[in-house]
Amino acid sequence: MARQFTFADPGEGIHEAEVVEVNVSPGDHVEEGDPVLVVETDKAETELPSPYTGQVQDIPVSEGDTVEVDDVLVVFADDDDEAPADGDEATERDTTDGDGEPGEMAEAGAARTTAEAEDAPTEPEGTDEDDEDAEDDDEGGKAAAVGELPTEEPHAEHPSDERPEPGSERAGSAGGPVPASPATRRLARERGIDLTRIEGSGPHGRVTSQDVEDAAEQEPDTRDDEGARPQRDEGARPQRDERAPERPELPDFEQWGPIERVRLRSIRRTTARRVAVSWREIPQVTHHDVVDVTALERWRREHSAQVEDAGGELSLMVLVTKALAGVLSRHPRFNASLDLDAEEIVLKHHYHIGLAVDTDDGLIVPVIRDVDRKPLIGLATEISGLIGRVRAREVQGEELTGGTFTVTNVGPLGGDGFTPLIRHPEVAILGMGQARLEQVVTGDLDAHRTVVQLRLPLSLTYDHRVVDGADAARFIGDLGSAIADPGALLLNT
Amino acid sequence: MADDTPDQTQLLIVGAGPGGYAAAFRAADLGLSVTLVYDDDRVGGVCLLRGCIPSKALLEITELKLLAREAASRGLSFGDPELDLSRMRDWKDEVVHQLVGGLEGLMKRRNIDVIPARARFRSSNEVILDDGGNGGERRLGFDRAIIATGSHPQPLPDIAFSERILDSSGALALGDVPERLLVIGGGYVGLELGSVYAALGSAVTLVEMTDALLPTADPDLVEPLAEQVGERFDAVHLGVSVTGLREDDGRVEAAFDGDEPPASTSYDRVLIAIGRRPNLDGLGLEDTEVEIDADGSITVDEARRTTDPNIYAVGDVTGGQQLAHEAFHEGIVAAEAIAGRPAAFDARAVPAVVYTDPQLAWCGLSEQDAAAQEREVEIVRFPWRASGRALTLGSDRGMTKLVTEPGTGRLLGVGIVGRRAESLITEGVLAVEMGAVLEDLARSIAPHPTLSETLHEAAQLGIGSPLHLPPKG
Repeated sequence: MARQFTFADPGEGIHEAEVVEVNVSPGDHVEEGDPVLVVETDKAETELPSPYTGQVQDIPVSEGDTVEVDDVLVVFADDDDEAPADGDEATERDTTDGDGEPGEMAEAGAARTTAEAEDAPTEPEGTDEDDEDAEDDDEGGKAAAVGELPTEEPHAEHPSDERPEPGSERAGSAGGPVPASPATRRLARERGIDLTRIEGSGPHGRVTSQDVEDAAEQEPDTRDDEGARPQRDEGARPQRDERAPERPELPDFEQWGPIERVRLRSIRRTTARRVAVSWREIPQVTHHDVVDVTALERWRREHSAQVEDAGGELSLMVLVTKALAGVLSRHPRFNASLDLDAEEIVLKHHYHIGLAVDTDDGLIVPVIRDVDRKPLIGLATEISGLIGRVRAREVQGEELTGGTFTVTNVGPLGGDGFTPLIRHPEVAILGMGQARLEQVVTGDLDAHRTVVQLRLPLSLTYDHRVVDGADAARFIGDLGSAIADPGALLLNT
Repeated sequence: MADDTPDQTQLLIVGAGPGGYAAAFRAADLGLSVTLVYDDDRVGGVCLLRGCIPSKALLEITELKLLAREAASRGLSFGDPELDLSRMRDWKDEVVHQLVGGLEGLMKRRNIDVIPARARFRSSNEVILDDGGNGGERRLGFDRAIIATGSHPQPLPDIAFSERILDSSGALALGDVPERLLVIGGGYVGLELGSVYAALGSAVTLVEMTDALLPTADPDLVEPLAEQVGERFDAVHLGVSVTGLREDDGRVEAAFDGDEPPASTSYDRVLIAIGRRPNLDGLGLEDTEVEIDADGSITVDEARRTTDPNIYAVGDVTGGQQLAHEAFHEGIVAAEAIAGRPAAFDARAVPAVVYTDPQLAWCGLSEQDAAAQEREVEIVRFPWRASGRALTLGSDRGMTKLVTEPGTGRLLGVGIVGRRAESLITEGVLAVEMGAVLEDLARSIAPHPTLSETLHEAAQLGIGSPLHLPPKG
């Protein structure tokens, strides 16, 4: 008789969910616990593991469907219809072997001592050996073991009230770690067994080493989130060229003329990697505006000698940086990071502003700590000193970490707007263009006049997952007002 | 040219503290060839040279002074104790010396190539070693590396350490006994070293920025310790931060911010103990794929591998609780992972110990952590005034506390405040790691009379029937 996997009440007053992912197709063989669907409720996205081992016959739902409690999600084939599981598993194992690059494995083994190679089999070898052992040990081999499974009602041994719902964690420990001794946990890692999927036979549901061995015989590898776990180290040996992501091949440029190749090193390489991460990970949008800095510039000139005496330079960037501390405190989501795993926005109650500095070797971003707490003269001297030390390559470690927001200023070189890239995992970056004298028409349609203002172009790139366009417009507006009136700026920050 | 070919090692370890040497020993035992590079006077790291070991040596002697005084009320009087500071220093140094010698011997026995030099990464496969001028710079290639460079005391912004403004190393050097000592920071370092100086005769003022001492421990466990510290220190001020320190004519003038700042602003010495920062400067990590967290420590996974597949990191440099025994285990995990074993740092109960009098120790889930995680737990508290052994030790203000899972009685965390908590906590660690339930502990027999009985009596109380207290109501 065909078995049906139905959508169970997820609790918390939710009775329906949207299917966002279907991970199996009719004809697939799935093991109990394999994730088959991902559904999304108002509260969360949840992976639904299969309650059965068997062959998928039909999937009445498709991606985008809304399902209600008791709707059928997956229909499993009648026991007798299932293709021999051995065949399926053999195929899976072959795939694993293919990834393992046998040549390199042999080399790795040779590099180590014999005793150690036996102790620490590389993963694909280990899986094979374990499987063979399992078959040798239990006379009937796999076919017999799998043949028994369908006759077994899943969780039949549980009283109905304790029966775990599909999608729930294992019965027993409520949310906490699975009770198991350190040695048992080590064994589970070795055998590739996910402890959360084992029913502990020990007192109060404690998982014993025997439980892990039994599970390893039945289901060779229950870990389904290999990506989230540390990849096993294949042993101490160089591992170059293995992580190159897929990218189109380059043509032979020399066919069109002479070329020169320069190594991507040090800062250039770091920058290349970081901007690629930013570009790949952050859906970012840039908001452009121009603000009036006429009064600010007058004020700056009036006081720059005083700051110079103290050993600093009172630049436009220093003033903007100082103003940012106040603006960020009023717009906390711009001084934040997104924690996707936890589905949380991390709001930072500290204001460490990174300043992009152009050096002979490339771009370096030192971080000024607690900008909100530093008086302007101190800030100006610190920034001047820091930039000097950055250019002399004397800044490392802590002074380059912990930024919460970044400012990049190409103004001295020109430019009336650009699209700076956010420094992951920050949420926003402010670009400053060149302040220029411009004619501006003020007033309304009927009464207006033309004035000359010093106008500073600003480009604010923000992470659209955390803030929206309107937030960015308000942020720039606030920043514009803050620096329009230098007196107020100093009083308010 | 021969010089262009760098030497090569299978496993390079940078740093010879607890994380580094534990990794080196385990890796060597697993058959890897190991090179250990360290940039310090001797091997052992901060823990052995300027941290746990010397501070415990001093705490042990100074506690003796306090015990001798207490003994008077129990019928044994000594004369006034005399301090011989230089002998005390020598003894502490002898302890350290002996342990360093032992470590060096173990390194030799394991054929670990130990190089005193500063290492700077040049790529994911090579470092430059600089031994400070003698042999110049040389290159060393590696298959895998473990960064175990530890941490350094965090200074106050814009204030440099000096002869009068001390970090923990300076305080442990025991230059003299200042008349008035200001301790900044109510964590374990401030409390332990403050206790040493208070016992030696300094008038100790402690200021802590937050509103509690040892904020990561449960308040009910901290309370007996806070009472005792309140009696022995001149003053303890919570919610007070230091906004400035100025050295002036042999004194340090302090400026405070807070509702109830210390009355005096003038001190002979100041100890800053506000935390430790990872040692990353000059490592050249920008030339590797290693990434740094927002808090300035190296990002690692549970096998201790960084974002650079060839490089692992253990100990303080990766943040966390920054405890030596945590570093030991992280080092072992990293070494095993590199040898191809399926290792992971999955400890559920890393113990923390504060070696004050009374001592405070805890492991696993604390009551306040459970509350923060909105996790339902049941708490059992066994007061030491019901323990015969505690009374004979004059330690009746102690408490043993169990944090358990409702329903099963599974032990999730243990906290102990009182004498010798440092050793008692280990039974709690074992119980939590083994997934023991209250009944397991209640039915295991503790020797009588001992302080370890308090754990068993607490478990008996948890299941309703303690021996030396009325039954649970």
